[in-house]
Amino acid sequence: MDLHKLSLKDQLEGLKKSEFTSVELTSHYLKRISDHDEKFNSFITVTEENALIQAKAADERYKNNKSLPLDGVPIAHKDIFCTKGVRTTCGSKMLSNFEAPYSSTVYTKLDEQGMVMLGKTNMDEFAMGSSNETSYFGPVSNPWDTEYVPGGSSGGSASCVSAELAPIATATDTGGSIRQPASLCGLTGIKPTYGRVSRYGMIAFASSLDQGGVVARSAEDAALILEGMSGHDPKDSTSLKLPSPDLTKNLKNSIQGMKIGLPKEFFEKDMPSYLEQSIQEAIETYKSLGAEIVEVSLKNINLSLPIYYIIAPAECSANLSRYDGVRYGYRCEDPKDIEDLYMRTREEGFGAEVKRRILIGTYALSAGFYDAYYLKAQKCRQLVANDFTNAFESVDVILSPTTPGTAFKAGEKNDDPIEMYLQDIFTIPANLAGLPGISIPCGEHGGLPLGMQLVGNSLQEDKLLQFAHSYQSNTDWHKKMPNI
Amino acid sequence: MNENLNNWEAVIGLEIHVQLSTKSKLFSGASTNFGALPNTQACNIDLAMPGVLPVLNEEVLKMAIKLGTALSSDINSPTSFARKNYFYPDSPKGYQISQMDKPIVEGGYLDIETESGTKRIGVTRAHLEEDAGKSLHDDFEGQSGIDLNRAGTPLLEIVSEPEINTPAEAVAYLKSIHSIIRYLDISDGNMAEGSMRCDANVSVRKKGDLELGTRTETKNVNSFRFVEKAIQYEIERQVHEIESGNTITQETRLYDSQNNTTRPMRSKEYANDYRYFPEPDLLPITLEKDFIESVINGMPEMPNEKKERFVSKFSLSNYDADLLAADKDIANYFEEVVKISDSPKLSTNWIMGELSALLNNENLNIRDSKVSSDKLGQLVLRIEDGTISGKIAKDIFEKMWISGKEVDEIIKDEGLEQVTDDKQIEAMIDEVIKSNPEQLEQYRSGKDRLFGFFVGQVMQASQGKANPKQVNDILKSKLEK
Repeated sequence: MDLHKLSLKDQLEGLKKSEFTSVELTSHYLKRISDHDEKFNSFITVTEENALIQAKAADERYKNNKSLPLDGVPIAHKDIFCTKGVRTTCGSKMLSNFEAPYSSTVYTKLDEQGMVMLGKTNMDEFAMGSSNETSYFGPVSNPWDTEYVPGGSSGGSASCVSAELAPIATATDTGGSIRQPASLCGLTGIKPTYGRVSRYGMIAFASSLDQGGVVARSAEDAALILEGMSGHDPKDSTSLKLPSPDLTKNLKNSIQGMKIGLPKEFFEKDMPSYLEQSIQEAIETYKSLGAEIVEVSLKNINLSLPIYYIIAPAECSANLSRYDGVRYGYRCEDPKDIEDLYMRTREEGFGAEVKRRILIGTYALSAGFYDAYYLKAQKCRQLVANDFTNAFESVDVILSPTTPGTAFKAGEKNDDPIEMYLQDIFTIPANLAGLPGISIPCGEHGGLPLGMQLVGNSLQEDKLLQFAHSYQSNTDWHKKMPNI
Repeated sequence: MNENLNNWEAVIGLEIHVQLSTKSKLFSGASTNFGALPNTQACNIDLAMPGVLPVLNEEVLKMAIKLGTALSSDINSPTSFARKNYFYPDSPKGYQISQMDKPIVEGGYLDIETESGTKRIGVTRAHLEEDAGKSLHDDFEGQSGIDLNRAGTPLLEIVSEPEINTPAEAVAYLKSIHSIIRYLDISDGNMAEGSMRCDANVSVRKKGDLELGTRTETKNVNSFRFVEKAIQYEIERQVHEIESGNTITQETRLYDSQNNTTRPMRSKEYANDYRYFPEPDLLPITLEKDFIESVINGMPEMPNEKKERFVSKFSLSNYDADLLAADKDIANYFEEVVKISDSPKLSTNWIMGELSALLNNENLNIRDSKVSSDKLGQLVLRIEDGTISGKIAKDIFEKMWISGKEVDEIIKDEGLEQVTDDKQIEAMIDEVIKSNPEQLEQYRSGKDRLFGFFVGQVMQASQGKANPKQVNDILKSKLEK
């Protein structure tokens, strides 16, 4: 049986009904990884031995009628989530030898519900990138066409789920790092409301924007696992003081009479015709499902990219100061003195994109520039958030493309960081406003998938998933998988 | 350096770092105990492991509110944290979590006693921040050791206005802050262990000048005496420099207590741009009115309140009341002694005199006194009710100190009750006069100072037990005859 063809939900059912064991399911995926991942480089570390131990334990629990909610289902974790006893690199030379002495809340929660970790997925270094080309462990390729990038920074997570080397993977999103690779790899990726998923043990890039989530093959699968990851965590002071939401309850409800907003600022942009056409078709589908389409205005939305490229680098410049070669991680050879230790450790341990952002952030926070850059960016950020608040007074969700086009070729945008940064033009606003966003496959062009994005009001992940599931119940885009 | 300092005025502001006596650290659950083996009290958060996040220890909010209330300050709500960025090996995150725009305590003042009366010193702010670890440069050949036990220990930094003008005022201010934090039980204030550290910003200007001179910051001076000496040195150094035609460099200096000098630590060329920005891992904290009120309601009587009460209730002098009230433990001890002795003035003299002397001798805190407040109260009571003389009391006190016995037990065992029977005293006096005819003759012919000789003889005859006042009176009348 091609176990990987089953949805995660069906895999869980199958385990419950003893149609197959977790060891069988896990071994099946481990074999697929060893057979195919050479082409994609989606894993940094495969935890084969550990996975089989976890799988055996799950089977044991099934046998004794003591099974856990997500028992025995495999998952891949982005290598940004600390996992005790397993190397956590964040895609960087700086942490290439780092083994965390503790586990992230996300890992712990899913582990406690019985999930089996297959390994740690590749990513842009410290989650900075949109093509997964900045990883110290080499670029990841797109399973739809290996000459193309999978997107980033959660490129490894998207690539492995798309290649069906894992049924689902955790990911993180600071400016689009879940939704953009989901879009480029034909997957469903959801970034919840800021504060839904604990950031404890999730290595920080930009603290006020980072949020954990998943890339999955359907909204239904995503709902199941996101629910298991969410909930208040006293170890994260920015975590919302709310219990984990029930994300499957409303999943199958009709969207009849609900309203979809189309931000005119997005649709005024030059868009490739294939993209415009796919989005238009998706809108027609929603209309046919009873949704009402309304034009909305997010008048400050065009400030999003510049705001993001002040705030994210500023926060990252401080967050990455701890990598100094003193306590853990990479350390340069034979430092002359402390100054030399800092300089060479960071010079040798960080890649170019990380350095670029540390420099931008350091500059933006410097005496004499703080007011003009950081403070102004924070004020503008509030304006963007206000635009969304106003829009959600009249609509349930806001629809747009997820990315400006399908995946691009590896190396294509490496000489022009601005061109690369524009990849996130549609996704960044949700991070700035702390809102939930989801990307859903809605078409293809030249053999590559493309996605649409829905952004919801604060805490309305359930509504986003309902819209996504409703669409996926009536279309097949999410079922198309690459031939690998 | 013999410039005429009288032409100059010093302008001094103090930054006092107070280590708060919480059980766990400011943003982690690790213990704050002093003196543990290096790096045994540093958890993943203190080590700044990738992915860890700070969680505020809410105990510090209560402590800061108490201090702010004692200083008549405003309590800011919301109050927020900021990152102060700098690289140093004992600062594991590469930034310190501190407060910038919205410190929890803002404004306020402290009244200090100076030679020329009470002076009000303004308090600019007091903010919460985490302490750094320690770099140990001498323990390892060619290397430095890092001990992160102290990293993340909560500090309250209290910043004064530059309204202090002499080293003595600086010490009075510092002592007053010390007294307040001990009263509030928010820090042990131990300067030798670094629980209270003082940085002094000092500049000088010609008397009458309005413009401030260039200031220097002298760091981490770890005793009251050193604060006084360091500031005095710095004032004299600056005046000397200026009068020699040099200029003062704005810099951080380190006090060297062995040679009583200050020397530059780092100069302005290396001045850090700390790039403060709001700490995104901690949301601004709203302090509810009810919460603040409940904290204030739980506050103890403060030193100045206690002093006023001692003056009005016990009729003590300002000076005595100030001395007693400055230390909470001494004040408590005093009140317990008075409860039994009912004699505030005599009790004060005993505490400040005999008791202090023995405590100092053995380097003991009053809490560890070998004579408890109850026992001292009894002793003072026995002096007051005439059972023993003050002189015998001193001997008894020393015996109590060594043996731990009660005063009455010693009096009984050694038969030390004062002789107050007129007849008995008269008999002793008669005997002394009889045995010293020569001296009597001389006294009667005008040698008044021999009176002391007779008193001494009588006291000796009574083994010191005769009531001195009665001896005086009776002797006088007998000798005049």
